[in-house]
Amino acid sequence: MSITLPKVRVPYLLLFPGFAFLFTFFILPIVNLAQTSTQTPIAGGDTGQYEQTLAFSNYVNAFLDNREQFARSFIYATLATLFALAIAYPLAYAIAFKSGKFKNILLVLVVAPFFTSFLLRTIAWKQILGEEGFVVPTLRSLHLMGQQTTITSTSVAVVAGMTYNFLPFMTLPLYASLERIDPRTIEASGDLYANGLTTFRRVTVPLSLPGVVAGTLLTFIPAAGDYVNASILGSPNTKMIGNVIESRYFKIVDYPTAAALSFTLMAAILILVTLYIRKAGTEELV
Amino acid sequence: MSIDPIEARGDLRLTRITKSYGDFKAVDDLTLTIPKGSFFALLGPSGCGKTTTLRMVAGLEEPTVGSIHLGETDITTTRPYQRPINTVFQNYALFPHLTIFENIAFGLRRRGIKDVKEQVDKVLNLVELPHLAERKPTQLSGGQQQRIALARAIVNRPALLLLDEPLGALDLKLRRQMQIELKWIQREVGLTFVHVTHDQEEAMTMADTIAVMNEGKIEQMGSPADLYDDPETAFVANFLGQSNLIKGKIDGNDGDNLVIDLFGQKISMPKARSHAVDNSLYAGIRPEKFRISRTGTSVRGNSLTGGRIEDVSYIGVSTQYVVAMPWGQELMVFEQNDDGVPPFNKGEEVIISWEPNFTFGLRGDEDIEAGTEVNPEEIDE
Repeated sequence: MSITLPKVRVPYLLLFPGFAFLFTFFILPIVNLAQTSTQTPIAGGDTGQYEQTLAFSNYVNAFLDNREQFARSFIYATLATLFALAIAYPLAYAIAFKSGKFKNILLVLVVAPFFTSFLLRTIAWKQILGEEGFVVPTLRSLHLMGQQTTITSTSVAVVAGMTYNFLPFMTLPLYASLERIDPRTIEASGDLYANGLTTFRRVTVPLSLPGVVAGTLLTFIPAAGDYVNASILGSPNTKMIGNVIESRYFKIVDYPTAAALSFTLMAAILILVTLYIRKAGTEELV
Repeated sequence: MSIDPIEARGDLRLTRITKSYGDFKAVDDLTLTIPKGSFFALLGPSGCGKTTTLRMVAGLEEPTVGSIHLGETDITTTRPYQRPINTVFQNYALFPHLTIFENIAFGLRRRGIKDVKEQVDKVLNLVELPHLAERKPTQLSGGQQQRIALARAIVNRPALLLLDEPLGALDLKLRRQMQIELKWIQREVGLTFVHVTHDQEEAMTMADTIAVMNEGKIEQMGSPADLYDDPETAFVANFLGQSNLIKGKIDGNDGDNLVIDLFGQKISMPKARSHAVDNSLYAGIRPEKFRISRTGTSVRGNSLTGGRIEDVSYIGVSTQYVVAMPWGQELMVFEQNDDGVPPFNKGEEVIISWEPNFTFGLRGDEDIEAGTEVNPEEIDE
C-alpha cells in the first residue's frame, strides 16, 4: 500500500522544517528584541531588570547618542566595499579569463582563508600592521610614514582588516558573473570596432554588473554590522555601531538601547540596500 | 603611402597561410583569392580548418606563417577592430545587456557615424524585424536572433562579411528559408560574403564559389556545378553528394576520349575529365546518372552488364537501387519515377548504363572512402 498525498500539500510539507527553524531562531528572537527595545528600567530594580513601557523615545536617544558610530560604520563599510571591489575585480577577471589550467587552484586560494577562524585572521592582521610587522618598518624606512606614527588602532587598520576579511565575498560572485560571459560577445565587440578598453567598458563591465551588485551587498551588509575588526584592530576612536551594541549588551547590560540600536541598524541597511538595487537596476540581467 | 586598414576594399587574398597549434596544423599552406562582391563558401567537415581560416581573416587568430591582404592593404596583423570586416558568429553572440537597436548600433557608434537611427531602422527593415528594436536578445526566437546578428554586421557595410555556420542552430525548414533570404540580402547589399559551413547543400544553394577544405588544405575550388560534375578528388566526390567509384585501368585513346577497362568491361570517358596521373584510375559516376535496364535490352552510351538488384527503396521522387556487380562491388543507382516503367525487383539481372560525358576520373591511388565517414551534423567548434 502506498501513501498518496494531495499534490498541493507536498510543497508545504517540504517548507515546514525550514519554516519551523526560522520561526524558532529568527522570528521569535526578533519579536523578543522588538519588545525589549521599548522597555525602561524598573524603578528601584536591579541592573538588567526592565519593564515594558512602550518607550519609543529609546530609539531617538539611542540614535542621537551614537550618531558618530553610525556614521563611522557606514563610512568604513563603504570604504571597505570599494577597496574590496578594486582588488577583487582584477583578481576575478584574471581567474575567469587568464588563468588557464590554474583556475581551480586560484579559486581554492580565494576561499582558503576560510579554513582559519575569522578571529585568528584578524589578530594576525594586528601582527602584520603592528610595530614588529614588516609593513610599519618598511614604510618608515622609506619615509612614507613618520617615526612616531602607527597603523594599528587607527581607522586605516580597521578598514584594511574589513577589506581583507570580506574579500572572498566580493571575489566569488564577481568571478561567477565574469565566468558566465560568452567569450564570443567579447570577440563580437572587437569585431564591431571596439578596442580593448571600449570592450571592457561597454560589454564586460555591464555583463558583470550582477556580480558587482551581489559582491558589494555581501561585503557591505556584514561590514556595516561588524565589530570584530574595530575591536581588535581599532581604538575607542574607531568604534563602530557593532561595538556599541556589543558593549551595551554584554558590559552595560542596557538591553533596550542595544535592541533599539540593532533595529535602527537593520532598518538603515535595508533602506540603503533597497535604494542601491533600485539604482543598479539589474533585475533584467540576473 | 599608407592605407587606412578600415578603408581597405577589394579582393581578399590569403597567401601561403599556415596556422599551427604545437605539432598540429589547423591550416596548412593555404592560398586563396576571394573576389570582391562574391558569395564564397568554405565547405568541409568539422576540424578541417575552415573556422580557423575565417577567424584569421576576422583577426581573432594570427597566422603562424603567411599573409592576408584586402585589396592592396596587408591586414595580417591588424587588430580585429581596425579591419573593415564583420562576422556573424555561430551562436550570434548578441550583447544580452543591450536592446536590439543598440546591438545593431554598436558598430556605428564605435565608428562615430552620425545618422545611427536612420541606418539601424533601414537595416531592421531589410531583415523585416523593425518592431523588435526595443526588445532584448533573449526575448527573440533563434531565427530572429540570426537576422539581428546579420543586421548588426551588414549595417557597417564591411568590405567583407564573414558567416560562421550562421544557420547551424536553426531547424531544417527555417534553415532553407534563411538560405534563400541570405542570398537575396547579399545581392541586395552587394557585399562580399564568406560563408563557413559543413552542410554541402547549404553551400551549394548559396555560394557562387565553393572551396572544399580537408585537413587544413583546399581540396578543390569552383562553382557548385563544377565541383559536383567534375570532382578532382575522392574526398570532394564523396563529400558533395554521393559517388560510385569503380577501380579501372586506362586501356587506350579514342580521339578525345579515353578507353577504360573496368573489370574486363570497356567504357569510354572524355580525356579532360580524368585526373589520373598514370594508367590506374577510379571511374566516378553519380548515382542519378545511371540508368537501369533489363538484361538483353540494348542501351546507349557506356554500359556494365552482370548486375543484380540487391535492394530497392522507393522514396517518392525517385527509387534508389543497390546493384551488386560481378566483381563484388555494390553500386548506388537513383532512378526518377517518371517513365512509367514499374520498379525493378530484388534479384533481377540488369544492365547499368550512362552517358560517357558524365564519367569523371580520379587518381588510382585515392582513398575511395575519403569524405564518406564524416558526420555532416557535427558542428565545427
